[in-house]
Amino acid sequence: MNTQLRGTSLREDDIRTGKALVTEWHPKIDYQFDAGTAVGQFLDGLKAGKIMGRQCDVCGRIVIPPRMFCEKCFRRNDRWVELKHTGRINTFSVSFVNWDASRRTTPQVPAVIDIDGTNPSMGILHLLGEVGQTLEEVLRRVRIGMAVEAVWKPAEQREGAITDIMYFRPVGG
Amino acid sequence: MRKVAVLGAGLTRFMRRSLETGRELCWEAAAAALQDAGLTLADIDCVVLGTAPDAFDGVHLKGEYLLDGAGGKGKPYVRVYVGGGTGVFMVPAGWWHIASGAFNTCLIVAEEKMSPTQPHPQGAFNAIYDQFTERPLGVNLLWIFSLEMHRYMQTYGIPLETIAKVAVKNKKNAKDHPASQVAGDFTVEQIVNSEVMAYPVMRLMVSPVTDGAAAMVLASEEFAKRKGGKHVWVEGVGWNLDTSYWTNRDLAYPQYVENAARMAYKMARIKDPRKEIHVVEPYDPFAYKELHHLEGLQLADKGQAPRRLEEGFWDRDTTTGIPSSPSGGLLGVGNPIAAAGLMKAIEIYYQLSGKAGARQIRRNAKRGLAQAWGDLMQVGTVMIMGVER
Repeated sequence: MNTQLRGTSLREDDIRTGKALVTEWHPKIDYQFDAGTAVGQFLDGLKAGKIMGRQCDVCGRIVIPPRMFCEKCFRRNDRWVELKHTGRINTFSVSFVNWDASRRTTPQVPAVIDIDGTNPSMGILHLLGEVGQTLEEVLRRVRIGMAVEAVWKPAEQREGAITDIMYFRPVGG
Repeated sequence: MRKVAVLGAGLTRFMRRSLETGRELCWEAAAAALQDAGLTLADIDCVVLGTAPDAFDGVHLKGEYLLDGAGGKGKPYVRVYVGGGTGVFMVPAGWWHIASGAFNTCLIVAEEKMSPTQPHPQGAFNAIYDQFTERPLGVNLLWIFSLEMHRYMQTYGIPLETIAKVAVKNKKNAKDHPASQVAGDFTVEQIVNSEVMAYPVMRLMVSPVTDGAAAMVLASEEFAKRKGGKHVWVEGVGWNLDTSYWTNRDLAYPQYVENAARMAYKMARIKDPRKEIHVVEPYDPFAYKELHHLEGLQLADKGQAPRRLEEGFWDRDTTTGIPSSPSGGLLGVGNPIAAAGLMKAIEIYYQLSGKAGARQIRRNAKRGLAQAWGDLMQVGTVMIMGVER
């Protein structure tokens, strides 16, 4: 292969000093997403303090996040099933990075929570809470496989959003 | 289906930020590939372009924007896209243009310029998450990888130190790659003690933000034979996608990579990949992913790729194992997303044609595989090349 490859690497200084010319663009693009039939009713459930899944009578699966069709049987699925407010930690992370790559001093603890009542056992993405403020504390208190329960916003503050569940915490505190 | 040969390849340097625009990067890689093949653009019947989200560039219709640099003006031209899987998918996409009989030559070009997104391209990735059930939680891209990595470690009892050895190996291999951005000699301690990004993902287990491009020239058997010489052939291709409901999946095992590999093995008439694949470039945007993918590719049993790593089975100078990421991979050479995948396919071409220079593996390789992965951790793309045996 050719070992003299082309390409000019820039350093931050090259931009700052004007050695390399740039132009900027600051678009502001707003979106409004429709919740749809399945997620819309799921969000209604959250507002009412319920975690709802959808069942397919052919394969028997009870899925969350809910969808109105079974992607496996490829047919319209059959009914809403109320699930428990508890589950198990499938996996978790202790994140010190924000979306823009800036750093956090106290971590977020995202987790996949397998919700009790789904079939086969399956999860949603959410956050863990009441599990510590440092990496060491979180790793001491949290285990994969641990039972957790949803901690809800007070009913009057719920708005039909995934954040109506504030976080999940280990069962029994 | 007609046989498809590889006639040449080209790369730019991989850089954190390039002076060159995406178009210019495409042109540099395409021109280098044509030169390597001993052809001009007039010899090219069609062009396939691969590049990841438009959001990086702030340019919509990015395929059209890059057209002139990729050599596609006035030719049958198409952009293909399967997220991080795009780079290796370029080979199947080029292959079907020729195998179908529709064209005799195809130039495939993969480009990524991630640096325009401010303050950091990670922000552009947030739109991969579900608008209702995920984004309001305050997501970032690292979450999915750290969650998958943790599940993989827990399922098979894999220590962090073992996973760190992937980064040590690849960054060292990349010292011999002329495109490389983040090559070097690191110790396991330096990797595991680097900044905690999203535990268990540490700073030095993550591939960097990169600008760069790669290109390859493919041709029909008829065209290649007329040109003469010994050729590397595309022997098998495969691709597969799992559900976007990623929290419903088994995160410890990439079934979609297995499905893609089985499709490619069948086409290449490979019965026992551990004996018949002699060199492999699995996708390594994060250190654990290389091991995860080696298992999906059936080159190690579930949970056993880490043990093979400890034994040196994946080392570049192995004579009894299968060298893995001899290029230095995304962890060492860099990760201009689509271009990184094609760089991996190009490494297989270099290894099989004896053009890998200081990176040339010690065992005699007749057949190699490259694989990429991406979208919401749901796509596997595979290509297998071989030389006449």
